Formats: sequence, structure tokens, C-alpha cells
Amino acid sequence: MGKNKPQAAQEMLQGTLDMLILQTLIMGPAHGHTIARVIEQTSEDVLQVEQGSLYPALHRLADRGWVSSYWGASENNRKAKYYKLTAKGRKQLLAETSRWQQMVEAIGRVLARAAE
Amino acid sequence: MGLRRFFQRRAADADLTRELEAHLAHQIDENLASGMSEEEAHRKAYLKLGSPRRVREDVWEWNTVGLLDDFLQDLRYAFRTLRRMPGFAVVALLTLALGSGATTVMFTIINGVLLKPLPYAEPDRLVTVQEKTEKATQFGNLWSMAYPNYIDCKNETHSAVMAAWRYSGGTIAQPGAPEYVDGFQISSDLFSILGTVPKFGRAFLQEEDKLGAAPVAIISDSLWQRRFSGRADAIGKPLVYDEKTYSIVGIMPPGFRLNGDEADVFTPLGQDASPVLQNRERHAGINVLARLQPGTTISQARNELALIGLHLAAEYPKSNAGRTFVAEPLRAAVGDVSSTLWLLLGAVSLVLLIACANVANLLLARAVSREREFAMRVALGASRGRVVRQCLTESAMLGLIGGLLGVALAAIGIRPFVKFWPGSLPRAEEVQLDWHVLLFAIAVALCCGVLFGLAPALRIPTRSLENTLRAGAKTIAGASRRLHASFVVSEIALAVVLLISAGILGRTLLRLSSLDPGLNIHNVLVSRMALSAATLEKPDRIRSVWQEALDRALSVPGVQSAAVVDTVPMRAGFNQISYWRTPAMPLPTQMPLGLATSVTPDYLQVMGIPLLKGRFFTDQDRTGNELVAVIDDVLAQQAFGKEDPVGKQLWIPHNVSPYPSKTDAADAVLIVGVVGHVRHWGLANDDESGLRAQFYYPFAQVADPLLPRWSQLMSLAVRTNIAPLNVVEPLRREVRGASGDQVLYQVRTMEQLAASTLARQRFLLLLFGIFAGLALLLACVGIYGVLAYLTSQRIPEFGIRMALGATAHNVMGLVLRQSVGMIAVGAGAGIAAAFAASRLLEHLVPGVRATDPLAFATMVLVLIIAALFASFIPARRASRVDPMKALRQE
Repeated sequence: MGKNKPQAAQEMLQGTLDMLILQTLIMGPAHGHTIARVIEQTSEDVLQVEQGSLYPALHRLADRGWVSSYWGASENNRKAKYYKLTAKGRKQLLAETSRWQQMVEAIGRVLARAAE
Repeated sequence: MGLRRFFQRRAADADLTRELEAHLAHQIDENLASGMSEEEAHRKAYLKLGSPRRVREDVWEWNTVGLLDDFLQDLRYAFRTLRRMPGFAVVALLTLALGSGATTVMFTIINGVLLKPLPYAEPDRLVTVQEKTEKATQFGNLWSMAYPNYIDCKNETHSAVMAAWRYSGGTIAQPGAPEYVDGFQISSDLFSILGTVPKFGRAFLQEEDKLGAAPVAIISDSLWQRRFSGRADAIGKPLVYDEKTYSIVGIMPPGFRLNGDEADVFTPLGQDASPVLQNRERHAGINVLARLQPGTTISQARNELALIGLHLAAEYPKSNAGRTFVAEPLRAAVGDVSSTLWLLLGAVSLVLLIACANVANLLLARAVSREREFAMRVALGASRGRVVRQCLTESAMLGLIGGLLGVALAAIGIRPFVKFWPGSLPRAEEVQLDWHVLLFAIAVALCCGVLFGLAPALRIPTRSLENTLRAGAKTIAGASRRLHASFVVSEIALAVVLLISAGILGRTLLRLSSLDPGLNIHNVLVSRMALSAATLEKPDRIRSVWQEALDRALSVPGVQSAAVVDTVPMRAGFNQISYWRTPAMPLPTQMPLGLATSVTPDYLQVMGIPLLKGRFFTDQDRTGNELVAVIDDVLAQQAFGKEDPVGKQLWIPHNVSPYPSKTDAADAVLIVGVVGHVRHWGLANDDESGLRAQFYYPFAQVADPLLPRWSQLMSLAVRTNIAPLNVVEPLRREVRGASGDQVLYQVRTMEQLAASTLARQRFLLLLFGIFAGLALLLACVGIYGVLAYLTSQRIPEFGIRMALGATAHNVMGLVLRQSVGMIAVGAGAGIAAAFAASRLLEHLVPGVRATDPLAFATMVLVLIIAALFASFIPARRASRVDPMKALRQE
């Protein structure tokens, strides 16, 4: 873990990771490694996804029926477990995203006043 | 959902492992692609990903339901512990299997006979309708309906659909050999009300349920198999039944029953033209069933029926004044078996309790020796609750396995038991192992498991762990001594209750069997005889047929004398008569009653009833001559006190008199003799019956209009000088009659009938005897086990005592004193409880007398001797302790 990374990035809120995973899967089915890679790259390595939190999160999402999973062959011909967004997961993602936006805006407003 | 996760967590874990491996492989691929060396790529990947085990453990834990996980762990542990002690497991399981097996058998029967709903569609919407009079006689105020009343009710009511049925029966002449069969006369809509349909053909049509309609019949499955070998073309075939040719229109499904009875032939009730059916006043009752209309409650139906009753009373005051109609929910006709069944379930539960106490004792002894193990576990951080739970899991599992073994035993034992039931068990066909029984057995097993697991579980230490850990197991036994003793005491008390109950029943049976039935039951054969319908039409013909049957019976080798009688002693069925000593009649309800029996002159000789005064009937006592009667000493006492009844007269009200009379005045009857009392109600019940006085009148003086009905009930009775069953076949051939359709049925010896009146007592005695024996055995095993255990714990103490000069006798006395204490307390408590049990028996079983000091004394003595014997063995072992060895053992 990079010591120069912001403290907050390491302690990603649990619900946040769920949301990021769902968002990643919107582009199509992916396996755990890809999901982690995509999140890291998209966040320009600000967010580090450890497998210690990624896999329990995937397990939870599957249990809630937001993603489904199947075993398939990966791009470099290895067997990998693919995750796919379900209709229920898509709805959940929309709800989460709009809640997240509201929260960010609200916090933004509070911080903007504090900065004045 | 959580549970699914829980049970699939092993598969999920395997999946996750593979997934994590794949992840690692991908990371290595990626690292290699970015130009790292092989070694570096691996190292970096491992560094980045951290421990896969951590991830797996997290997911595993998340999938786990804590309590359940503990439970499964406990279960595995319990299995292992039991397997390590096969001796203990076998004894405990056998004891439990016996106890719960017997309990399950009893519950299965109670479930089938008493608890299951009737096998009709929506049985809770079915009601019976009866007539109710304002005044009650000793038979209550509810009566079966008159057919015309039924028709009026059926037509006027809107709250229910009604149907009627009635027992009948007759001889089937064709096809096949003549055979007497039971029958039902039913109204056309009976089957639709019950929700039953014939399995082939159809039910009766409404237009067939009328006078003068074409004769049609529906037959039972069993008759169809017997007479038509189950051929489909039986529909439409003729059936000659009571000399009438019926056309078969339907075949019932197997096992169809009305009021718990099966019958072979169903005919339309509305076709029966007999005057007793059409009469509103003196009628042969019919049974009425009704199905409440949807949305109607039974109280609405009751109100409506009461209103109809008022209308009919106004319209037909002669027959219907003070008479109304009532509806009651339809219940299974099970007679008085329910008290016997609950009694047996109670007895069997006591055996089960004793079995539980025994297993609890065994578990407790084990718990004491495992005390250090438990202390160790608590010391290592297990919470007390956790250890208690583990103990209870162990005992519950023991209970459950025992219970399941018990169910298996019950499954094997239930059929023989039902067969063994005296007479026939009502609704026996409903007695099956089903879900209710299984649930009951499991609930009982779990309750038992917790019950006998609780005592050891609660002994798990909380404080002074280090003391327990430091002490040897032997020195801590003392604390459990009182608990052991209380188990033994309760076992003995329960065994005493069962033993005394069995003793009381045994003495009752002895006393009842030695009672004088009032007649000589040896070498007497009685049998009903069906007359042909053509015969029944002409009174003269009836009389000559019976006379002929008597003459022919006498010609059978081995038959000494023969008589005809309507109501045979100790067989179901009776007629009653009311009488008065003057011609001026009081109200009917104020008149004394007697059992009325019509007989032919040789009856006294056949039955061996003693003639006390005067004479019995002769051939001269027939229609046209003076009306005569013979009474028994009970009626003589009831009507005449100390006076001599012979030559005096009694007056019989016109409406109950069987004698021919031309006026409405009471019939004056001359008493010509007094005979001994016969226990008509059986050996057990007669003394307690309210109707004992007996009144005999000559069959030759029965009024002509009554003869056909009487003849349907009459039996032939013969006294033989060879074994009575040997004359059955010759007699059957001899009395068959010219057309060969006079059939003997219900052939019994008087010995059989007398024995059957005690069958219930005998059956109860046998079962209570078995239960009591079992209880005694278990209690002795219990007392032996506990003493052996406690003694073995005290061996060092005995060693010291002996080293200090105690003799073997002293030591033996020490042990025996301990057991005598337990036995005395147990027996005392048991005697107190047995008092209550004996009251219950007196209440439920005819002939039982609760105060039976001899039974109490004998049975308590039996128990004390057995218990002392059981405690003698450990006591002797204790007295033979070698002091040196014992001391070294410490």
C-alpha cells in the first residue's frame, strides 16, 4: 500500500465499494481481477481494491441477487468467475448513485461555505 | 436465505478458493506483461493480494449462523461421545425406545379413533338431527326420528340438506348360496350429502326413493368381489335380497362406512312400505344426517328446526306434542373406548417417565465423572451456557434417536395391537402412523431428552473451577447423591402406581369372574335366525316356522333342549317394559321398568336358570288363554316386596305391552312364577345398571302385529351335551327350512358371550400387567444402577471404615439403609398417587372398587422385595471390599 495515498482511499466505505463494483459491471460481465483493475485505473490509482474486501463484497452482492456469476474463460485463457449485473442490481445502482450524488452535493455545499 | 448460505458454505468456500487462485494468476500474468521477471512477478502478486486464507475466513464467517454452527458441532461431538460408550448408549436407547414405542402406539390409536376427522367431505358441516321430548326417561330425551317427521323437516328447512338412513339386513338368495348380510336403507341424497359417490354405477335417483318405484340396490365392494368376482357387468344384474329382486345400479368404494359400520346392501329408504316406518307415533326410528347450507351456522339450523317442531306439534298433537327437533355436530361413533384409550395412554406415559428417570440417572452418573472435563472447558473459555447447550444437545439427540426407534417399534406393533383389541376397535381402519403421530413422537422424544438432560446440564460448574479441577472425580460425587435419590424415589413411586392399578384390575377380574351369571353358561349355543320375507308376512306362518325350527333343532344329535328367545343375556340388545300394580295408570315417567324377554317354555331348561317359585310357561300359555308372565327375584322384590308374587297381577300400559289387546286399557298379566336373576348386562356391568328387574312373557302370547319385528330379533338357543360348537353345522343344515333360506347368523356360545362382557377388564389387566412389569423392571434397574454407582464412589470410605473396625455387616447395612430410605419414600408417595389412580379406575372401568387394601398391600410388598433384591447386590459387593485395595485406590 502506497504511503503517499490519501488516508480516506484505504478505508473505503463498505457501501461505496458495492456501488463501484456495480458501476464497473454496467459495461458488461467481468471477473474479480478485471473489476479491481478497472476501479483502480478509472480512479487513477487513488482507490486501491484489495481482494480482502473485493471478494467478500462480490459474495454479498451475489447473495442479494444484484449480480449473478458464472465460470468462464478469461482473455488470457484462464478459468475465471465472471460477474454480471442483474436487473435488480441495475436498479440498486441507480438508487445508490443518485443517493451518492445528493450526498456529495450536500457535503459540497457545506464545505463550500466553510471555505468562504 | 441465511440457512441456504449456511448449508452451502463448504461449496462456496471451494469456489472462492479457485476464484482467488484465478485472481492471483491474472495478477502474475499482468506483472509478467509489464516486464517483471518470473520470480518478481510472483512475489509482487502475493504481496499485493495478501493472504487468501483471510478472505476465505471472512466469507466463511459471514456465511455462518452462530447458534446453528455450535449446534452442528455439538451434534458431532455428541455422536462421538455416544460411540465411545456403546454400552451406555444401547441401554439408554433401548429403554427409551420401549417407552416411547409404547406411548406412540397408544397415541396412534387415540389419533385414529378419537382425533381424526370423519372420512367425509367437510365433516364439520355435517350434523345429525334427532327428536327431543320435553320429558326425559332414563334413556334421555333424544330419540331417532319418525320417517314422516323427517320428510316434513326436510321439506320445510332452508338451513340444511337432509338425508336419512336406517340399519337393515336380509338374506341374499341369489347369486350364490344364501347368506345373511347387513344392509342400510338410505335416502337418495345421502351419498351426495356425505360427499361420496359409488365407484361404479350411480347413487339412487330421487324418483327411486318413493313407494312403488322399481327396486334398485347398491352393493358394497366386498359383496361385489364375493358374489360377482369384481366384474364390471355386475351393474344392471339382479340381486335377490329378502325375496325381492333388485337391480344393481351402483358399487360402493371399499371401506365405506356409515356410523362406523360397513354393510353389503343399500336400498332406497323411501321404497319401504312397512307401517312402522310410515307411522308418526309408534315408529321404527331412522337416523337423519344433514349438511348445513353454505353460510349457515348450526345455531341458525337449530332455531329453524325448533320452529318446524312447533308447527308439527300443532298439526299432529297426538304424536308430536312436546316434541321438537335438534341438530348436533356429527361425531364418530366410538362408544366408550375413549376412557380406556386415555387410561392406557396415561399408564404408558408413566412407563415412559420411569424410562426417562433411568436415562437421567445414567446421564447424571456420567456427568459427575465428566465434571472435570466440563470444568476444563469452562476454564478454557467456553461460556457456561455453551456447555449447558452441549449437554442438552447430547441428551436431546439420545431422546430423538430413542424416539425414532420407538416409532419403528410402533410401526411394527400397531397392527397386532389393534387386532388384539377386545371386540373390535371402532374406526380401526383409521389407525395409521401419519404426520400427527410422527410429530407427537418427535415432540415427546425431545421433551424427554430435555427432561433427562436438564439435571446433568445444570450441574456444570460456575465457581471454584480450580477446586473441581484439582479434585479427583470421586470426591465430588456426594453433591449429586440427593438428585440420584430423588430420581429413584420418583421411579419407585410411578412403579407403585402402575403395580397397584394392575393389582386392583386383577382383583376386579377375579371377583367378577367368580360372580354367578345367574345361568349355566356351559354347553349353550345361541344364534340369530333370519326368516324369509314371505314368512314374515303371515303371523301364523311365523309361529309355525319357529315351532318347526325348535322341533328340528331337537332332532340334532347332541342337542338336549331348545328354546327361542328375543334378547339373549350378555349380548347387546334389550327390550324394556313398564308396569304398575293396579289398573289405574300413573304418568308414564313414574312407572317402574323391567327388562322384557319373550321366550318359549323350554328357555329355563336351556339356560339353566333356577325356578324359585310357582311355575314357568307351558304350551298352554298362548294367545287366547290368560296372559301370564314370570318375573325374576329382583322384580319380585321391586314390585311386591316381601309378598309372594305368584298369583298376583301386574298391569302393562297399552302402548308398551307386547300382549294382544283389543282395548286401549292396560293389560292385566298374571304372575305365575319367580326365577333367579340373570346378569343380563354382563358380569361387570349388571350390578351398576339401573335396569335390572326382569320380566319374561311367552313368545306364544306376543301380539300378531308385533310378530314380524320380534322375529327379526329372535334367537335360537340350544343346550347340548357335547361341545356346543360341534352342533353348529348340523343345526345350520337342519333349520334351513323348506326353501333353504332360513340362515343362522351371529352364532355364539354363552361362554363366549360371558367372556366378552369381561373382555375390556381382561384387556386392561393384561396391558396394565405388562406396563407394571416393565415399570418394576425399570425401577429395579434404576435402583440397582444408582446404588452400584454410589457404592463404587464410596469404596474408599468403606475401606477406611473397615480399616477402623467396621464389619462386612455394618457396611452392608450402611448401603441397604440408604436404599431402604429411598424405597420407603418412593413407596409412600406411590401409595398416595395410587389412591388417586384407583379412584380414576373405579370411575372408568365397570366393576372396579377403589378401596382394595389387599391389592395395595400385595403390590407394595412385591415392589419392596424386588427393590431390596436389586439393592442387595451392590450392598454385598460393598461389604466385600478389601480395605487395603480400597485405601490405595484413593
